[in-house]
Amino acid sequence: MLRDITLGQYYPADSVIHKLDPRVKLVGTLVYIVSLFLFKGPVGFLVITAFLALSIKLSKVPFLYMVKGLKAIMILMIITALFNLFLTPGETPIFTLGPLKMYPEGVKTAIFMLIRLSYLIVGTSVMTLTTTPNQLTDGLEKGLMPLSVIGVPVHAIAMMMSIALRFIPILIEETDLIMKAQMARGADFETGGIIKKAKNMVPLLVPLFVSAFRRADDLAMAMEARCYTGGKGRTKMKPLKYSGNDARAYLLTFVFLAVVIVLRIYNL
Amino acid sequence: MSIILDHVNYTYSSGTAYEIQALKDINIQIEDGQFIGIIGHTGSGKSTLIQHMNGLVKATSGAIYFNGQDIYDEDFDLRNLRTKVGLVFQYPEHQLFETTIFDDVSFGPKNQGLTKDEAGLRAFEALKMVGLDESLYYQSPFDLSGGQKRRVAIAGVLAMRPEMIILDEPTAGLDPKGRDEILDLISKMHDEKNITIVLVSHSMEDVAKYVQRIIVMNDGSVMFDDCPSEVFKHYKELEAAGLAAPQVTYLMHELKERGIDVDTEATTVEEAKRSILKALC
Ligand SMILES: Nc1ncnc2c1ncn2[C@@H]1O[C@H](COP(=O)(O)OP(=O)(O)OP(=O)(O)O)[C@@H](O)[C@H]1O
Ligand SMILES: [Mg+2]
Repeated sequence: MLRDITLGQYYPADSVIHKLDPRVKLVGTLVYIVSLFLFKGPVGFLVITAFLALSIKLSKVPFLYMVKGLKAIMILMIITALFNLFLTPGETPIFTLGPLKMYPEGVKTAIFMLIRLSYLIVGTSVMTLTTTPNQLTDGLEKGLMPLSVIGVPVHAIAMMMSIALRFIPILIEETDLIMKAQMARGADFETGGIIKKAKNMVPLLVPLFVSAFRRADDLAMAMEARCYTGGKGRTKMKPLKYSGNDARAYLLTFVFLAVVIVLRIYNL
Repeated sequence: MSIILDHVNYTYSSGTAYEIQALKDINIQIEDGQFIGIIGHTGSGKSTLIQHMNGLVKATSGAIYFNGQDIYDEDFDLRNLRTKVGLVFQYPEHQLFETTIFDDVSFGPKNQGLTKDEAGLRAFEALKMVGLDESLYYQSPFDLSGGQKRRVAIAGVLAMRPEMIILDEPTAGLDPKGRDEILDLISKMHDEKNITIVLVSHSMEDVAKYVQRIIVMNDGSVMFDDCPSEVFKHYKELEAAGLAAPQVTYLMHELKERGIDVDTEATTVEEAKRSILKALC
């Protein structure tokens, strides 16, 4: 169903990146984030840009979707840039405005910060746009499995995560419906002071909680009826398996990491 | 009172990968006192359509007029419209929230700005109309059976004294007796209070039995908009759209083909009986 996967803005497409094992994408994203904080000079920046551009190109997701996430953190980016511009100490100011002084060092850190933040958002979008939340939890579960040896309940955590993710769109839809139903009875969710607003929420929250509990109850019952007893001995319908492309992607990722590290050592 | 939908289009999740055009160029006029049935396959846009009629959903393009006034005008009072056009959602029992049935039904009238006494009076009247036992009025709505809850929810809309009531599949999930009771209640509201009724339903039998006019939705467009006997003449097209005519229609066509001169326009069992008796005697 379409509405099952609205969370995490998954963008359905038929691409190499979409078909990669989620573990590869998780590791790749992690490596990418690390590289963002490693690079120091223009060559490193170019390498990272090339890596990002390649992923975006391969993912077949329109570029517009990638940069959509930037809009949400616009304010944060502007504030960060301003702080860095004016509060980084240096030797000779290039610009003075009252007590505020701007140094070349500040300009440099501000630019770096902007690049890092926007690359961070766009880069992680590549993962969330090409992987469904369910694939992600599957990947996490399998990837973290070794931890279960030391007693971490990996399966339970992954199961809770996927159920929670599954319920978010349902609850959003339900909220929308109940809100409309109460508005049809003249309820008002917009005007009034904070206390009145909170009071007006009662007709929305009570049915919402009732329905959330009912759904949770039904789900637990349905899982038990299908003999769910936890992770032990449970097999998967679509077990995660690495393919040739996954191996190539891993190789590319680690070569990329090595290059970034080498460039950092030489300050390029 | 009249509602006019003029070239209404509606798109869900506009501008994303999940864009769905739920309504395509809808033109409908609803007059005072009509009893209208809306039918259509699952996902054909029935629920979306009726949510436009009281301004809960804003059309992506097109206009809607209530008594000649554009409801999307800046100074149009949408909350007032919603009290005049009551909307009972699918599974309305899921919206109950108060501690007593009586309070829950008074919620609408209170929102209209009526005094406590007046709201109570309206609630009392509405509960009486839906035929709920008086001993239940001060109990929790959550302890009722499904059919009873649904009546309370319908009373909640009725208590606002709307001029028109739209019901989205009010009989879904009820047993035959509960279904008949709800439908009789709706038809009583139409006959006694002269309330305009729009009934969304999946059951051709129900629609044929009660309504004067049928709007058939297919993939977001209006496929037919006519009286039942006219609409059910197109039973082959209805089948192609994932619907069916009442079983009586099939029977009458079958009889006609076998050479018995019956009226194929009969849509209810009662009409069919008369026509068959006439043809045989
Ligand atoms: N909140 C929503 N977000 C996105 N798409 C929606 C939403 N609600 C409905 N749709 C889509 O709009 C189309 C029309 O849905 P609608 O609920 O109006 O159909 P319906 O005729 O009422 O169906 P049913 O008989 O199942 O109640 C469907 O394709 C549906 O998937
Ligand atoms: Mg519906």
